Amino acid sequence: MAKDLVKTLADLEEKEALKIVEDRLSAGEDPLKILDDARRAVELVGKRFSDGEYFIPDLVYSGEILKEITDMVKPKLTKAAELKRLGKVVVGTVAGDIHDIGKDIVVFMLDVNGFQVFDLGIDVPAQKFVDTIKETGSRVVGLSGFLTLAFQSMKDTVETIKKAGLRNEVKIMIGGGQIDDQVKGFTGADAYGKDAMEAVKLAKGWIGG
Amino acid sequence: MEKKWDEMSAKEKRESRFQTWLSAQGVQFQSPEAEASYKAAVLRLKDAVLMEKTPDRVPIFPLGTFIQAYLYGVTPHESMYDYGKLLSAHRRFLQDYKPDYYGSPAFIGSGKILEILGYKQYKWPGHGVSENSVYQYVEGEYMQAEDYQALIDDPSDFWLRTWMPRIFAALEPLRHLSPFPNLWEVVGVSGQMIPFGIPDVQSALKALMEAGNEAMAWIQQIMGFEMEARGMGFPTAIGGAAKAPFDILADTLRGTRAMMVDMYRRPEMVLKALERLTPLYIKQGVGMATFAGNPVVFIPLHKGADGFMSDEQFKTFYWPTLKGLILGLVAEGCVPFLFCEGSYNTRLEYLTELPKRSCFWIFDRTDMAKAKKLLGKTICIGGNVPSGMILTGTAEEVKAYCKNLIDVAGKGGGYIMAFGTAMDEGKADTIHAMIDFTKEYGVYK
Repeated sequence: MAKDLVKTLADLEEKEALKIVEDRLSAGEDPLKILDDARRAVELVGKRFSDGEYFIPDLVYSGEILKEITDMVKPKLTKAAELKRLGKVVVGTVAGDIHDIGKDIVVFMLDVNGFQVFDLGIDVPAQKFVDTIKETGSRVVGLSGFLTLAFQSMKDTVETIKKAGLRNEVKIMIGGGQIDDQVKGFTGADAYGKDAMEAVKLAKGWIGG
Repeated sequence: MEKKWDEMSAKEKRESRFQTWLSAQGVQFQSPEAEASYKAAVLRLKDAVLMEKTPDRVPIFPLGTFIQAYLYGVTPHESMYDYGKLLSAHRRFLQDYKPDYYGSPAFIGSGKILEILGYKQYKWPGHGVSENSVYQYVEGEYMQAEDYQALIDDPSDFWLRTWMPRIFAALEPLRHLSPFPNLWEVVGVSGQMIPFGIPDVQSALKALMEAGNEAMAWIQQIMGFEMEARGMGFPTAIGGAAKAPFDILADTLRGTRAMMVDMYRRPEMVLKALERLTPLYIKQGVGMATFAGNPVVFIPLHKGADGFMSDEQFKTFYWPTLKGLILGLVAEGCVPFLFCEGSYNTRLEYLTELPKRSCFWIFDRTDMAKAKKLLGKTICIGGNVPSGMILTGTAEEVKAYCKNLIDVAGKGGGYIMAFGTAMDEGKADTIHAMIDFTKEYGVYK
């Protein structure tokens, strides 16, 4: 019997996992089912991270393997995956800051945990968050920042959202190396998360799941 | 007769380096008080780190990057292009705040030099980020996975002919050079020179000369200020610098993501590369400390913090060569200064493996009570004043925080008051609170 993809990928056995995908594809299995298993495996990776069993390199590596699997499966897809999404989240690194490692991990974890994520990238002007909230109807906003200059930038972004009349429509979470409760208070955000899985937990708490 | 350097023990070398630092050669003190203040500050750090006796009070070392400029309205762009403006902010900072040590304005570097070289590994004010933003690292694989063997075979050659051409647009043609060990005996000389005749290579050499001219103009101003700062009674608490071999790979060469994946995909190559790099950074730290006449070697730590890898990975990939670096520096009489942003709670046990009273660790978000309990009698610790509190809190909050730090981490000595990070920005009332309160409350009786 073929080894279980969910377990193999969650255990970060790269070669083994890719072999299973290859075998299952050759056997003519529904590619969507393979992708769903892979996604569930990475969800499990996130859980192990929350439990303190896994660390950031494990998240990054699982992302790399998932990317390889997606690349293998994609050509076989006949219809687009219809994933049931928990909700929409807008994420970006705030204006003036170009750091993306932390933000990318948050985006990745929100995505595999079932959220539709609008990743605005780095050095994102406050107005861009406002526009995207309006366009997408997202109810959660994640602001990332590594530098201390991001404190003011986050505060400005929260205020811009408020001025646009959207503050009651969205929950705002912030994160980054120098972020703590005191900074959360300063920016006017609703919460701060110390890592990517806390972002998932916060988003789930706010918009279901 | 004085012992020759090679005959000295590590401790004798260290004492000799401390004496050189204390002697402040070439410094014109502005007053006898300034001289006394300089010497007291050197001894304060020495006592805090070596723990031979209790210092007169807790040393205060607020390390920063653009903080001085920020406090006096000098933008990050001006800081990197108008050296005079930057130095005037540093001068005023010392006059107004009176920390125990000055932070070198050399940390900022020259934007003009980066421009001449077409530097790609960072964005800096006016170049990729706004004139009000500080310089920021651009994540990238500046070394490819297939480059490991070349790095291991000959790091300097890899730097010169592969890495530098990738990160400096103006030095791209250096990839045409022949490896220098190819040069042997008379028959090799003429051939080795051919690449230097290539017009593109000559342009690269011209760019280097131009950068060199600017570097001279820059360092003259920086050194002028540094001597003046010492004359005002402030020593610098940093002599040299080095990096943990893992961070050289993860920051400088492979980039964060690639390095994390390398630990799974090519662990053997990573370990070989780490071994190969270690002696290079012992040499850098020792060389700079000797040149500066100051034993302290600054080592900023990045990718080994809590969460950035598992304990098993830390034990396998990060710690052995960091420890090797520290031991190598200590053997030459240097005092490693580990600057530990993020938190290090899960790594503290490793520090007990280090030679006692040989180095100091400035922490950011590490549990200081835990660190003190574990290391209090053997390793000097410091820092932990949060950037968020300095920038968004009140003077009263900072005082209360510092009081607790002095009570807990400062008990009996072995603690240095410092921010948890190298600050890009500042706020006058909270910084004054940290410094002034420590001067008053941090006195050991």
